[in-house]
Amino acid sequence: MRTKTGIWVSIGLATAVVGGILLANALPANQHTRHVAGNAAEIAPSIPSPALPVTMAAVSNQAIAGKKLYQSKCGACHSLDANRVGPQHRNVFGREAATVSGFRYSKALKKLNIRWTTKNLDIWLTNPSKLAPGTSMGFRLAKASDRKAIIAYLKSASPKSK
Amino acid sequence: MTGSELTMPSRRALIGGAGKTLSAAGLAMIVSGCSNAAAPESAGDPSQDVGILNAAIALEHEGIAAYQIAATSGLLQPAVVEIGVTFQGHHKGHRDALVKAVEQLGGNAAEEKSQDHYVEALGIASLKNQEDVLRLALKLERGAANAYLGLIPSLGNDFHQVAAQMAGDEAFHAAILANALGEPIPKAPLMFG
Repeated sequence: MRTKTGIWVSIGLATAVVGGILLANALPANQHTRHVAGNAAEIAPSIPSPALPVTMAAVSNQAIAGKKLYQSKCGACHSLDANRVGPQHRNVFGREAATVSGFRYSKALKKLNIRWTTKNLDIWLTNPSKLAPGTSMGFRLAKASDRKAIIAYLKSASPKSK
Repeated sequence: MTGSELTMPSRRALIGGAGKTLSAAGLAMIVSGCSNAAAPESAGDPSQDVGILNAAIALEHEGIAAYQIAATSGLLQPAVVEIGVTFQGHHKGHRDALVKAVEQLGGNAAEEKSQDHYVEALGIASLKNQEDVLRLALKLERGAANAYLGLIPSLGNDFHQVAAQMAGDEAFHAAILANALGEPIPKAPLMFG
């Protein structure tokens, strides 16, 4: 009798825990609340789906790490909203190469004729001159995890691509 | 932390002395490095090198302008201005060495833009106090150190040493600024690049 009671108590507890998690994830406030310093709007997930909380959290965490990396690795030449040594990056994800208004591109970029997808950004950051021989961007980012995080951040800063 | 709590002025003698020592020795090495850089045995594509070096010149122009705007902003204590002007002198040395290298490769050096452009591009108008200015300077110097290290593989062999030297100068600046802002010393090695 004690054993049966114990089993039922365990099942009841497990149901309560699982149910609680599902309910918590179903609440809109829990899906979208991300306490992030800085530009929270850039990296908050925008797809309201209770089926994707873990995936979205992973993407969001990657974008958070990517923001810090972006500032330290890319920040000497680039900003999201200003053309500096390099063009501004807001909405770069999904955009055609060499199309930022007011920025003077090299010939190599002008004739590139690609869109900035995850794959193309990864190739570009690995070795820009391999993708566009003659480009004035010499910076290479060797670490794959850094590239992945920065691309996630750039994607989060590209609301037009969603 | 407020601007008045910054520790940089109290370390003026130490910081100023170290900066001046690096300036004289560092620039001498940079200039000698760049005179070697124009040697015909360069393994890199000269036109590619010109483009990349010109991007570095543009970066130096921006850094020089940022220190100039900061020094005349009225937001900095005199001792901080003195250090900033010393750092600006290093960036002018970098610019001059890079311009010389581009010209020796047969290229035209990138020209500086207007001060208004740099004010807007760097968001200078939003800076309200000394700490804001130092944080911007730290961001630019840290980024510049990483930028120089990151472009080394794309440059011809003859430019590797000078790019590394410039990265060293930028890392030196970043370390001074981070210390002044009270940032902890990074625990992990290989903190740049």
